[in-house]
Amino acid sequence: MELFLYTALFSPLVGSLFAALFGASPKIKIAGIVPSALLGVSLFSSTMLLILVFTTDITLHVEMMTWIATGDLYIPFGFVVDQVSVVMMMVVTLVSTVVHVYAIGYMENDKGFNRFFSWLSAFVFSMMVLVMSDNFAGLFIGWEGVGLCSWGLIGFWYKKESATWAANEAFIMNRIADLAMLIGIFLVYWNTGTLQYYAAFTAMPSLDSAILVWMGIFLFIGAMGKSAQFPLHTWLADAMEGPTPVSALIHAATMVTAGVYLVVRASPLYDLIPSVGLFIASLGAFVALFAASMALVNRDMKRVIAYSTLSQLGYMFAAAGLGAYWVALFHLMAHAFFKALLFLGAGNVMHAMHDELDPFKMGGLNKVMKGTFVMMTVASVALAGIFPLAGFFSKDLILEVAFVENHYIIYSVLLFTAGLTAFYSFRLVALIFHGEERYKLFGIHPHEAHKFMLVAMSPLLLLAVIAGSFKMTYFEMVTKVLPELEYHIHHPITFWIMTIGTQLFVAGAILYAYKKYTSREIKVPDGTSKMENSFGYKLLINQYYIPYFYEEYLVKAYRELSDVLWTKVDQKVVDGTVDGIANILYNTGDTTRVMQSGNLSTMLKWMVAGTVALLSLAVVFGLAARYSGEIKIFLSGLGV
Amino acid sequence: MEIGLNHYLVLSTILFAIGLVGVMRRKNLLMLFFATEILLNAVNISFAAISHYYGDLTGQMFAFFVIAIAASEVAVGLGLLIVWHKKHNNIDLDNMSSMRG
Amino acid sequence: MFEAIAFYLFAFLTIAMFYITVTTSQALYALSALAAGMIFISAFFFILGADFLGAVQIIVYSGAVMALYAFGMMFFDTTRDVKEKQGNKAIIIGLSSLAALLVVVIVSAPIVGNNVEAFYPMVEGAGNTQEVGMVLFTKYLVPFEVAAVMLLVAMIAGIVLAGKKMDLSLTLMSDSELMNMKEEDKKVNV
Repeated sequence: MELFLYTALFSPLVGSLFAALFGASPKIKIAGIVPSALLGVSLFSSTMLLILVFTTDITLHVEMMTWIATGDLYIPFGFVVDQVSVVMMMVVTLVSTVVHVYAIGYMENDKGFNRFFSWLSAFVFSMMVLVMSDNFAGLFIGWEGVGLCSWGLIGFWYKKESATWAANEAFIMNRIADLAMLIGIFLVYWNTGTLQYYAAFTAMPSLDSAILVWMGIFLFIGAMGKSAQFPLHTWLADAMEGPTPVSALIHAATMVTAGVYLVVRASPLYDLIPSVGLFIASLGAFVALFAASMALVNRDMKRVIAYSTLSQLGYMFAAAGLGAYWVALFHLMAHAFFKALLFLGAGNVMHAMHDELDPFKMGGLNKVMKGTFVMMTVASVALAGIFPLAGFFSKDLILEVAFVENHYIIYSVLLFTAGLTAFYSFRLVALIFHGEERYKLFGIHPHEAHKFMLVAMSPLLLLAVIAGSFKMTYFEMVTKVLPELEYHIHHPITFWIMTIGTQLFVAGAILYAYKKYTSREIKVPDGTSKMENSFGYKLLINQYYIPYFYEEYLVKAYRELSDVLWTKVDQKVVDGTVDGIANILYNTGDTTRVMQSGNLSTMLKWMVAGTVALLSLAVVFGLAARYSGEIKIFLSGLGV
Repeated sequence: MEIGLNHYLVLSTILFAIGLVGVMRRKNLLMLFFATEILLNAVNISFAAISHYYGDLTGQMFAFFVIAIAASEVAVGLGLLIVWHKKHNNIDLDNMSSMRG
Repeated sequence: MFEAIAFYLFAFLTIAMFYITVTTSQALYALSALAAGMIFISAFFFILGADFLGAVQIIVYSGAVMALYAFGMMFFDTTRDVKEKQGNKAIIIGLSSLAALLVVVIVSAPIVGNNVEAFYPMVEGAGNTQEVGMVLFTKYLVPFEVAAVMLLVAMIAGIVLAGKKMDLSLTLMSDSELMNMKEEDKKVNV
């Protein structure tokens, strides 16, 4: 079975290296096919491991090799396949296989085709390292690996300045968070003496609770960066500059959920510190609402979906913070499927519309893009959480958790957000696929994507529909390692009122969105309507002015500080020192050059002078050695 | 009055100093060679004296080889000197400054 | 007592001779003084019991080297005074005496030499020449051979360097021929 583990882990790496061979050459189809096939192999291996873990409850744990062994520090390259990581492996390999196949079609006219697949497969490898590692150090390697690949893929069209800017923003924001994460890992090592999950978590209950709180906070800050939680959230929306398959894979399904995975992984730690858990849950609920509100008005299709991802991540953290780790993981899985589907559908639309992103300029596309229309609608229904699609089961569960745990504020925030989610999802669907065919104004002739791309998306469609029905089997499986907490509303009437009420509320939101955005009066906004000038709209479209605030008060201040340091410290002090040394050398050379007069007599004089100098040194050192005792006493008298 | 090792060493030092004066003072290459001979001989005295006072023959061996080296130095040096003289018609040090840096 | 008298006498003579060598402006005086100094130095070797070294000193230095210098000087015009532009005398004297002073300080300091072990101790009863021969042809055989090769190389080098145009007899040439040769030399060497 170890063979499957290694295949699952390393075939993406092989694929990446293979594609990298063609990195500098023009587009060659095989550079896309081979990595995709290898990912298929990885998917197959993961499936075999899933079957193994599910049927026999074996936890595979291998130590590939020793990585660091020095003093008391021992870190192996160890990998673990248990119920949690195998779920993540399935999600990662499945979504990435779909995305790879899809991208063969999506990127077919791009010059960087080969490079794209190299980065993408490298990302999958890093993600596999992240989820499969059995210690914090390995997790951190994967963590940085996905960050790097994310940087490379957001800035994939590096000739676009906005793309490189977004890539750097994502990278820098993640570095800030990673610093905190690193401190958290150091704290774990400092206090438990090991980085292996199992040993560290076993040692934790005996530690001081203040230390545990700090560990939990620092690790969570790391998770906040990767999962784009407030206040480090701005990079995710900007990351949509990357190619759409990247958004589907990295910024919806896998990488951004790494933070949730970390919290789930560290569940024994967070169980010990419920106060931090409550903070995580509150922050999650806040982000859910906060991101959803920004999605309401945005006029960039991909950004809307990105905000919805942010909002759903908030849901996951809310669940994880309340101790319902398996629920968080379940929502993570379901969300990965329908969100990737939604993104890929958006990619189709973008292709059809020649990279137009404003849904107000579309409309009525359901006539030309039937397949995409069905898929995006199903994905949106799943996202909104309508029975019996995947989103219903997972999201409803989170609401139940909040209710049962008596956190009614969190519950109501999440419930309200569910309505907003439904609204903005169908605002998008309605604007893109229904109503007037506004794109004709812009002279665009949309066309449906390749057949094989739609076929590639179909597994996600299927899973988005049926993933919810695995709830109980899934529950049985992951609770072998995660806390086994069932959340039932005991009173059947309350349960039914809640469920049906939620459904009605969501359905109402959908209907309202349809009614509002399929009407014939919808025009491309030109900034004159009354709504667009209202304060709320401006607040939302400007993302609560948070990017503005960052730019104005953090980036500019930092730049000014840097300028000062540059002109004052770097140029004057650092450069001055270096130049000074160089000048001393130059001047010494210029002055001593006179010695090299070429006159043998002068040289002989210098030679004798040197001899005299050496002899005096010999005398001085001889004396110093002779009287070392006295000199020491003298120096100690001077206080040296 | 017993003559000890230090007497010889001091004598050797004085001779060496005289040699140094010659080396620095002389501008005529031939005279410079004479001065270097003085340097070598000054050192030879101390070798022989140390050899004697420590009862070890190594010092004498060194002096012996120094003499051999001095002889070959004179042969080659004089040859070069003659070539230089043929070329420039003088053997003055101040005229040799092709190594000017 | 006799040793002390001999030492001081020869020390005075050697210093005087060498002083003349470095100060005189007559090349011939310098050469003669140097030769005399060499011979006086061999006296120290005899006092120190290094008979063989003393003999070598007289033969090699006063014989071979001085003869070589004497022949070399025949190439140069040695009858006239050697004109030398003198630099700063204070520097020269100062540096030399400082060096001497320092060395004297060093040698007069208590030398940690009491535990020096003789690698090749003098053999009781054997003459100095015999001792030297024994050490030279056993322990120092390789350096000895190398020195021999070096001397050979130096000899060949001396001949090659100095011996150009030795087939021409300058004394039998007429003045015009000499002038022509000088002109040609100048052209070649420029």
